[in-house]
Amino acid sequence: MHYRLSKDKILFNIIAYTFLMAFTVCCLLPFLFVLSGALSSERSILEHGYSLFPREFSLSAFRTLLAMPGDILNAYGVTVTITVLGTAVGLFITAMAAYVLQRKCFPHRNAFAFFFYFTTIFEGGIVPKYILMIRYLDMKNNLLALILPLLINVFYIIIIRSTISSSLPNSLIESAEIDGAGEFQIFRKIVIPLSKPILATVGLFMALEYWNDWFNAMLYVDQKSLIPLQYYLYKMLSQITMLRELVSKVPQMTAVTPPEESFKMAMTLVTIGPILLLYPFVQKYFVSGIMVGAVKG
Amino acid sequence: MRRNTKRNQVLLLMILPAVLYFIIFAYIPMTGIVLAFKNYNYIDGIFLSPWNGLKNFKFLFSGGKIFRVAWNTLAYNTVFIAVNQSLQIITAVFLTEIASKHFRKFSQSAIFLPYFISWVIVGGFIYNLFNYEYGTLNSFLSAAGKNPVDMYSNVGAWKYVLVFVNAWKWVGYGSVIYLAAITGIDKEIYEAASIEGAGKFRQIFSITLPLIVPQIVTLILLDVGRIFKGDFQMFYQVTGNNPLLYETTDVIDTFVVRSLLQLQDVGMSSAAGLMQSVINFVILISVNAVVRRTQRDYALF
Repeated sequence: MHYRLSKDKILFNIIAYTFLMAFTVCCLLPFLFVLSGALSSERSILEHGYSLFPREFSLSAFRTLLAMPGDILNAYGVTVTITVLGTAVGLFITAMAAYVLQRKCFPHRNAFAFFFYFTTIFEGGIVPKYILMIRYLDMKNNLLALILPLLINVFYIIIIRSTISSSLPNSLIESAEIDGAGEFQIFRKIVIPLSKPILATVGLFMALEYWNDWFNAMLYVDQKSLIPLQYYLYKMLSQITMLRELVSKVPQMTAVTPPEESFKMAMTLVTIGPILLLYPFVQKYFVSGIMVGAVKG
Repeated sequence: MRRNTKRNQVLLLMILPAVLYFIIFAYIPMTGIVLAFKNYNYIDGIFLSPWNGLKNFKFLFSGGKIFRVAWNTLAYNTVFIAVNQSLQIITAVFLTEIASKHFRKFSQSAIFLPYFISWVIVGGFIYNLFNYEYGTLNSFLSAAGKNPVDMYSNVGAWKYVLVFVNAWKWVGYGSVIYLAAITGIDKEIYEAASIEGAGKFRQIFSITLPLIVPQIVTLILLDVGRIFKGDFQMFYQVTGNNPLLYETTDVIDTFVVRSLLQLQDVGMSSAAGLMQSVINFVILISVNAVVRRTQRDYALF
């Protein structure tokens, strides 16, 4: 009896650890490949291709990166600006709407909730949105074009609303009301300080979306000074294919050299860098955010 | 009473920014679906451009591409649901059952990491792996004395690549919900089962899985509600928008964006977009109606 149990356990452990180990390795390997590429000498990549460990160690890619930081710094600046502005403004508007929606004294609050929710059920699609942005709002090459499309998300309103109404005792708000506090005052002095964890969590989700966005840049921006980091990287990575086509069509174009292979990998690392650095500290917020969303969304 | 009106005015003012936002960026674009029935030109804009009946749809269907693209979208999403949900459940079960706390933490962090990476970076990973001249795959192959593989002329292989990449990106995220569900199961049930002589596998199949069925059903239904929506960013970045691969990797969303940006065909792309929105809407409403009838608690709205 006891023997059968332990055999069962051993078999389970073999399967579970093998599966998790393989999955873990799959998730980490691409990062190692990129790191190795960034630390390899250009010659060894051209000769042997990318590898798990650098065949010939070199920091030249990072040296090139430091030598020409103008564009890259600018792209970083754009990304940081849209991330900070978008998250701050978006979170403020989202939290206010969430607060109002959970106020029982607010008439038609269900109608307002439906007004928000309906936008997730039926969408006009990308084409009308694109034409609205370009033709009617004049957003081509406007920094706002990188901020507005991601500013407010209905699910975040729902999550914050349910968290406020389940974690803040109604009596607290009512007693503030009796003391003569206005609605905005209650929101600012009581609701915000007491909802910090959920606001931090939602704020991180928003910030990640802004940090990783390239799609809106592709649609609305071609001016160099407005290109955010991810789109900058995308353009650099896809340049090789473009250049190759050009070279095959125009013979004298051979003089143009595409970015070096190791440089591309170094640039990729620079783009993920901040996320990898922050990851250990913010991971738990995302985990709790997903769970809150699953329960309440 | 006066104080109440004042209060409501302030509340209305506080919700106003969000309301305006959705009017401008969701409801006005909804009226833009008329574009599907218009011969759009920039000067006349959305509402003054001349009507042209069903011409855009005729053009869309006569190309025949839309059928392939619609089929790709459905087929990919179906496989994604099956593969991802299974892997998420397996991952969550294994993570909760293994004894080593350190490995659990490390492994969970590693598996969750891809969620944080933009699709551009994933595109960079794919480039690093599959690039014909310098890719890691081919350096391994040549080191092993095998011939290099040109992935970009191997159209069929990308189906598997996409399924793999999609699982790689989302399973960590998706398993969090199952982890929470499994952690919530009463430990005494397992203790009782173990005293009765039930082994690990028996416990998983007779306790864990049956008890997380509600979560499984809900998550699958959520996915089914989105089954006609392709993940534009993934398909675009993983394939590098490579025309050679359209046959097996083009979905409605990439088709619409390409028709809009590259062909500048507003009529056809908005016809395709409208078709997608309507089908999405119908699917979502039907899924919700079924859930309401069978398991009220899990209805979305």
